[in-house]
Amino acid sequence: MLRYIVNRLLLMIPTLLGVAILVFLMLRMMPGDIVELKLLAEGGSVSPETLQVERVRLGLDKSLWLQFVDWIVGLCTLDFGISMWTGRPVIDEIGSRLGLSMQVAIMATILATFIAIPLGTISAIFKDTWIDHLIRVFAIAGLAVPSFWLGMIIILALLLTFNWIPPLTYLPIYEDPWHNLSQLIWPALAVGYRYSAVATRMTRSTIVEVLQEDYIRTARAKGVSERAVVAVHAMRNAMLPVITVIGLEFAFLIGGLVVTEQVFNLNGIGKLFVETVTRGDFTMVQALVMLIAGLFIVINFAVDLLYAAFDPRVRYR
Amino acid sequence: MADTQALQIDYKVPVRRHPVLQFIMQQPLGAAGLLIIVVMLLSSVFAQWVAPYDPVVIDFESMLAAPSWQHWLGTDAFGRDVLSRIIYGARTALVVGFLSSLIGSTLGAILGVVSAYFGGRIDMVIQRIMDVLLSFPIIVLALTVVAVLGKFIVGGVDINLIVAIAVPMVPKVARVVRSSALAIREMPYIDAARTAGYSHTRIIFRHFVPNVVAPYLIMFTAFIAQAILLEASLSFLGLGVTEPTAAWGLMLSGSSAEFYREAPWMIIFPGLAISLAVFAFNLFGDSLRDWLDPKIKL
Repeated sequence: MLRYIVNRLLLMIPTLLGVAILVFLMLRMMPGDIVELKLLAEGGSVSPETLQVERVRLGLDKSLWLQFVDWIVGLCTLDFGISMWTGRPVIDEIGSRLGLSMQVAIMATILATFIAIPLGTISAIFKDTWIDHLIRVFAIAGLAVPSFWLGMIIILALLLTFNWIPPLTYLPIYEDPWHNLSQLIWPALAVGYRYSAVATRMTRSTIVEVLQEDYIRTARAKGVSERAVVAVHAMRNAMLPVITVIGLEFAFLIGGLVVTEQVFNLNGIGKLFVETVTRGDFTMVQALVMLIAGLFIVINFAVDLLYAAFDPRVRYR
Repeated sequence: MADTQALQIDYKVPVRRHPVLQFIMQQPLGAAGLLIIVVMLLSSVFAQWVAPYDPVVIDFESMLAAPSWQHWLGTDAFGRDVLSRIIYGARTALVVGFLSSLIGSTLGAILGVVSAYFGGRIDMVIQRIMDVLLSFPIIVLALTVVAVLGKFIVGGVDINLIVAIAVPMVPKVARVVRSSALAIREMPYIDAARTAGYSHTRIIFRHFVPNVVAPYLIMFTAFIAQAILLEASLSFLGLGVTEPTAAWGLMLSGSSAEFYREAPWMIIFPGLAISLAVFAFNLFGDSLRDWLDPKIKL
């Protein structure tokens, strides 16, 4: 087990390095020059000398190879550099927004789990009845509805029925829990719907499969109540694929937030990403991509470990 | 024994129906999805005749008009007819969805087959690259590609947008096709073909490709749905299709959000169009999988 963990951790290094190389090269291929873009946006004509000074300050005059090495060395020492656009340290810009995005993501996960597991189980127990059909329609629709549009519909519904829209300013949950939750619950719902749809489908199909196993028949034959059969024998075994989906979707949730944060005007990392990627703020985009990809890889790893913890049949070498 | 009477066997020769008919009969839900797709396709091809108005003509006389007999789904902030824009938007969604899924699935399938067929170092290198691409959420990857490539419009279609949407699909298709192809590699007929001294190209095209057609088709349809969603998201963010072209995501972005109260139809209908299209392709894709090969996991 320990060897497996170490192996997996070591395998993360080439993947992350690959991500780093890919992002680095892609961004350098970008048309336009951030220095010109930024200084010209501030108005007036700018002399070539000023541009050059700014380039030197940002380290853009060095060779690509040196820039890359500088960046990787910085990454390893957790120094992400300064934003090329605002001039503030990248870590500050991200740090102040990460909390918001993570909170929405976690809330969406909790919501989705609480919706998906009961719905999927009920759907499986009542397979091919109208209850099952209803739940499946709910799930298939969840895969089709874009989360940003669902967010707009939620705002519209709140506006038309209560004449109220969620607060626009963000306060951390420890400062004003009510304000915080009344702002963030809606985006969590909007991105959580798709999430719960995926998980509901997974729960249903695994429980349907598990209910056909021999040991379920044995349990029923020895007179275990149907409730216990489902709760004890079926649910436990059906949890593994569900955990996988929940884990994997968590990373995609961050992606979903990129668009949904725009709708709710939330100043999270998704919005930051959209803003910086269009400006060509290399350092910021690089840091954000590494953060998101790193999160994804770590969650993947955690899911695999959970697998081992929940299922004694799974052994890792 | 003199009179041998022919034995009467009550045996019905199974009717061989056309595969399309078979699909419709066995997969009613999939057929419903297919019907929606066909309707969408026809109305977008014949948009000039189906749409009541020109989708780009600005008419300040009827700005933000509520749904009525003149404008069934109302008009937007420029007085453009929402229904007509949705019909023309279907054209954008289908063209972008179809082309990007075609490029993404084909490239993924080629990489998957090559990876499985050659194995060893080539397989290792391709798989590591796919791992790297898989560790991006699709929208993050697509956004980065869009920002890097900029716009490249050919015949009214932004080729770079299509590429950006196709790239995130490649590793997913490659992975599924590779696992299908790995199973084929162990088949005796592959050994036979190798012993017979056939070239790599011949073995790949004559023996592998026909066997991965099923997963390829399934992924291709499923990814049209995802591509339509992704295009809508990118256009919504202002990084996909640009004005004045009619696109569903674009209809939801920008000014429409300022008119929540005055013109909710501007928000409701384009989103319904996206959902219906994605729903139809998902339904069709799911049924196609059940019909062709239920074991494939997407």
